[in-house]
Amino acid sequence: MRLSVKNLLGTRDLPRKDIETILNSALSFRELSTRPIKKAPALRGKTVVNLFFEPSTRTRTSFEIAGKRLSADVINISGSTSSTVKGENLIDSARVLEAMSPDIMIVRHSSSGAAELISKHVQCPVINAGDGSHEHPTQALLDLMTLRDHKGSLEGLKAVIVGDITNSRVARSNIYAMNTMGMSVTVVAPPTLLPAKIEQMGVSVSYNLQSSLKDADVVMMLRIQTERQDGSPFPNLREYANLFCLTSEKLRDAKEDLLVMHPGPVNRGVEIAMDVMEGSRSLILNQVTNGVAVRMALMYLLLGGKDETDH
Amino acid sequence: MKRIIKNGRVIDPANKVDGFFDLLIEKGRISAIEPKGGFAPELYEKSSIIDAENQIVTPGLIDMHVHFREPGFEYKETIESGCRSAAVGGFTTVAVMPNTNPVIDNRSIVEWVNARSRETGSVNVLVIGAITKGLKGEQLSDMADMSEAGVVGFSDDGRPVMDSGVMRRALEYAKMLDLPLIQHSEVLDLTKGGSMNEGFVATELGLKGMPVAAEDIMVARDISLLVPTGGHVHVAHISSGNSVDLVRDAKAKGLKITCEVAPHHFILTDEAVRGYNTDAKMSPPLRTQNDVDRIKQGLADDTIDIIATDHAPHHAMDKATTFDCACFGIVGLETALPLTLNMVREKVLTLNKAIEKLTSRPAEIFKLDRGTLGVGKIADITIFDPDREYIMDNSKLSSLSKNSPFDGWTLKGKATHTLVAGKLVYSEK
Repeated sequence: MRLSVKNLLGTRDLPRKDIETILNSALSFRELSTRPIKKAPALRGKTVVNLFFEPSTRTRTSFEIAGKRLSADVINISGSTSSTVKGENLIDSARVLEAMSPDIMIVRHSSSGAAELISKHVQCPVINAGDGSHEHPTQALLDLMTLRDHKGSLEGLKAVIVGDITNSRVARSNIYAMNTMGMSVTVVAPPTLLPAKIEQMGVSVSYNLQSSLKDADVVMMLRIQTERQDGSPFPNLREYANLFCLTSEKLRDAKEDLLVMHPGPVNRGVEIAMDVMEGSRSLILNQVTNGVAVRMALMYLLLGGKDETDH
Repeated sequence: MKRIIKNGRVIDPANKVDGFFDLLIEKGRISAIEPKGGFAPELYEKSSIIDAENQIVTPGLIDMHVHFREPGFEYKETIESGCRSAAVGGFTTVAVMPNTNPVIDNRSIVEWVNARSRETGSVNVLVIGAITKGLKGEQLSDMADMSEAGVVGFSDDGRPVMDSGVMRRALEYAKMLDLPLIQHSEVLDLTKGGSMNEGFVATELGLKGMPVAAEDIMVARDISLLVPTGGHVHVAHISSGNSVDLVRDAKAKGLKITCEVAPHHFILTDEAVRGYNTDAKMSPPLRTQNDVDRIKQGLADDTIDIIATDHAPHHAMDKATTFDCACFGIVGLETALPLTLNMVREKVLTLNKAIEKLTSRPAEIFKLDRGTLGVGKIADITIFDPDREYIMDNSKLSSLSKNSPFDGWTLKGKATHTLVAGKLVYSEK
């Protein structure tokens, strides 16, 4: 089974069927990663280009490992970007790479819409590995996979997403994908970290972390990117942590089986207390493991592979 | 050479004329007007004839807000190419903004632009001088000196005059010269890093927003400054419904305030940005349907005095980039007429009102001896076919730049002849 999309630019318009196909396929790829020889020939002779204009260790590594476990040749290209580096260079870079016949391009960039822009200028499939504050679809897919592992089904689950919603591509991709999968989402943040009309994305809004956790099935803590903030959205980290850091105390009224996630890297003691991060509810390392599996599935499917579960 | 425009429906709002008349043009001026077919037969035989059957004959259109990029950014537009674009769009007079390089903030640059326009321009090019030196918002430019060189107003367009003290002095000083200050109303503290309207679309696209409050606060501040100064503020490219309300109230109080709207602000909403369409990026940004509806009310009740394009050409290389990095601005001279006629078809404006906002009203506000078709007046005339439908193709624009969000749209209404001082500067064939 193939996906209905040529590129994975976001989850906003990704049909439920595609999400299910990717998650199902990822299960068998995860199994591969537990074998002594962690390699399948599926993408032998294919070239995967990791085009990372924004510093990233874990996402880039995850894509690199995913490609290599499928026997693809993986090329990493990183370049720093700032607002002064114009996107014209971005289009040029993509075209130059395209001329070397890659089979898939993985793009991360600090500008929203960068992956979509590149996809309009190249023939090969493009995977968005994070564009500005817009989307980070593979993160949402690996989050859903992790959640489904633990809950069996996603339908009807209640998620709480906490932190810098305004600047978070992880939040947007998760909101879309979770809504598509029949989950309900509440976002929790001070109003200064909530973008305009966020409720129109089909989420509830709360300013109170503890009360919003009462009937939640999963809470996702977002990284506070202090370097990205302008105009100081909160007085200081201490006050932010008092209100929004996930602590055992704030989990007092939560359900026994509430799960805790974080896309990483974690600011310990700011978004999440150390004991919670390392506690039994935490799925943070499962998320990382599943990231490789989801990205393997995605590359495989975008390059026309069959869904393993079809057999 | 004598020229006659015959058989057309002549609409001349300043003289409350709407009917079928023939116009005789001699020595660059309108020398006689008679009911259709009313001149002596030999006069028709001896004259060069433009048959305007089924077309509308109006005073030449006036656009008080364009950027022709010369000097400094000739790869985007020149006075020559901008004038060509104007003529194709039916405009006979344009006013160029001073955000060139060097900035038009002193007499010698005004005179250079005037000379360049005489040498290379096909339509009338008026000059707007900067309010402050280098558009920095600090020190007043040589306003009186530039006034003597013929500027029709002052503006730091592209930037607001943020400092209220400087704005107050500018209003007072310009009052002495009897010239308006044209304000780009934007409180920069609220728009820093923003690239589109703040709202749901920006939230979905992950783009930093520019709230309407940024415009509203500046409009309200300038209104407050009109009371002690007695100055005249002309609000450029109004885009916010709240700002329209503010202007309406200020006018009711008798303050000297006028304003303009660009066609894209009554045609498009921020939904046009989806897909990161950089040809839908401009400042002020496209707003919501609620703002569009209130702008239409403002057009209908004359709160909004005139329609001006904010023609802002940008080369493809300044637009073929990520949305946040792309330049602000779109071209508008070649689409303004059909888009304004949309307001007539939607019954927001009568045809006469629409033409008034493109001709006599800007002439009145900026004290131009143009914008009417009276006998003895300069023969700046636009003839257009209101029913002509065509598909807009950016690559066929006459402007050097092709950055229009209306590419592929079916537009209705097209200038067929544009005359400046009796000289045909554009005709369709």
